[in-house]
Amino acid sequence: MGLLLRLVLQRIAMGLLLLLAVSVMIFAATQILPGDVAQAILGQSATPEALANKRAELGLDQPAVTRYFAWLGGMLQGDLGTALSNGQDIATSLGKRLGNTLFLAAVAAVIAVPLAILLGLVAVRYRGRWPDKLISAVTLASISLPEFFIGYVLIFFVGVQLQWLPSVSTVYDTMGFWERLEAVALPAITLTLVVLAHMMRMTRAAILNVMQSAYIETAELKGLRAFTIIRKHAFPNAIAPIVNVVMINLAYLVVGVVVVEVIFVYPGMGQYLVDHVSKRDVPVVQACGLIFAAVYIGLNMIADVVAIISNPRLRHPK
Amino acid sequence: MNWRRIPASAWLGLVLTFAFIFVAVFAPWVAPYGLNETVTDVWAPPSAEYWLGGDNLGRDLLSRMIYGARTTMLIAALASALAFLSGSVLGFLAAVAGGWLDQGLSRLVDLIMAIPSLILALVVLSVVPADVGTLILVMGLVESTRVFRLARAVAVDIGVMDFVEASRLRGEGTRWIIFREILPNALSPLVAEFGLRFIFAVLFLSSLSFLGLGVQPPAADWGGMVRENKDGIVFGIGAALYPAGAIAVLAISVNLVADWILNRTTDLKGGRSG
Repeated sequence: MGLLLRLVLQRIAMGLLLLLAVSVMIFAATQILPGDVAQAILGQSATPEALANKRAELGLDQPAVTRYFAWLGGMLQGDLGTALSNGQDIATSLGKRLGNTLFLAAVAAVIAVPLAILLGLVAVRYRGRWPDKLISAVTLASISLPEFFIGYVLIFFVGVQLQWLPSVSTVYDTMGFWERLEAVALPAITLTLVVLAHMMRMTRAAILNVMQSAYIETAELKGLRAFTIIRKHAFPNAIAPIVNVVMINLAYLVVGVVVVEVIFVYPGMGQYLVDHVSKRDVPVVQACGLIFAAVYIGLNMIADVVAIISNPRLRHPK
Repeated sequence: MNWRRIPASAWLGLVLTFAFIFVAVFAPWVAPYGLNETVTDVWAPPSAEYWLGGDNLGRDLLSRMIYGARTTMLIAALASALAFLSGSVLGFLAAVAGGWLDQGLSRLVDLIMAIPSLILALVVLSVVPADVGTLILVMGLVESTRVFRLARAVAVDIGVMDFVEASRLRGEGTRWIIFREILPNALSPLVAEFGLRFIFAVLFLSSLSFLGLGVQPPAADWGGMVRENKDGIVFGIGAALYPAGAIAVLAISVNLVADWILNRTTDLKGGRSG
């Protein structure tokens, strides 16, 4: 257990270190221009005195390192600063939107993960025959489709022509769970289609890899049925790679959310981020960027930790 | 090369890809109307004169899509070219030089890849002006991390081979080893990767333009055209679907070609010459 625990802790420490480095990078990326936020607020015609006053007000007269640590310290205490464009507290505006985004991502994940694993198993079972070929062809096509193509085709046909589901995802506080589910149905389906292909392809590869081992051949020679072999022998050994695939794709899903939210006018974090990029509202962009990156790094870290824990060689050290 | 050995899917991909390139290069001669010429009604339905109808300002949708092909593909191609030049040269250099240079570059790339590329681009675009030059630069540098990893991995594989060892003992410099020994042998995986990177750049640029942060109007690019015409969708006007579909068709075509090149090169490794 000692070795296992140490490896897991090492990986978590690595993740935190990476997150710290990423925070430096996000902060640095917004400092690369000679012009600054004060200039952006006041415009080109601002007098030098006005600029200097604004800089002092915003703390921009401090050196970048000082500002970075002030920013990071605030972040760690849940103080995300105030938005430049409307002077509102970022944490307050973000809280509800983060919840909305996570709800949408969770719904998409609940549909996509079991479906992808099932289809991956089917593809392996019928490897080289038409179900497998059909699945690979659809995979190739759907990897090439931009999110907004899938999204608008769904809106156009399912939302507008057939009127089955709402085409704009309006959510409000008093909404019940089922109403909310109906509102996010189309964006969730879009997200599912976006990640499904990748997840399925990687699941297929992971199981195929296991299927080439000697114990699978033994099971085949024992005369077991193909699905029994997959279920009892291949799948347990493929769990680690599959969890890895799922986590990587969930991380991808969290990013795909940005475009999908804009398509469906869904009040989530992605739309909040995009709105404030065009307003050049740097504090909001930094906060959102860091949260997105943290979720992304966190999911990748969980994938690695699961891989470490489920590796039987590490669980039973000699 | 035997033309009949090219599978049907690759033919389809090749023909479509070249059709897109042709249209993009000769846009002013192919397009029936001008880029910003208001010639018909707002969201006019498709007709014999205006094959795809009008857009949100009554401009000919087909003509704008043809000019859009030019903008989208040119920016994506330049961004991928930049990604390739910087990524592969640095990747080879890291593999050949090793030591702290390799460590430093690899960890920097790990760091950049730890941030989702769209989020990183959004963070950078919140402070820099959104003109074509910055777009190419930002997209190219974000993409170059992927090329770096591939180039480094391939070059490390090749770098331990006897002929590279021989040239080292002969006293050749780093530049010779990179360009005369490693590059020729690493070319085919890199060419296939170029196709995939190009598609990724097209999708990336389209996403940015769709979000209003890429190519700025009145210039036409496919992602931006989806944005311009998206309000028609809820009224049952499908104008936004055409540019979105064009992106999809281009992406599928190039993917088919890249798939075929990848398969062909793995065939070659099996000892058969194509």
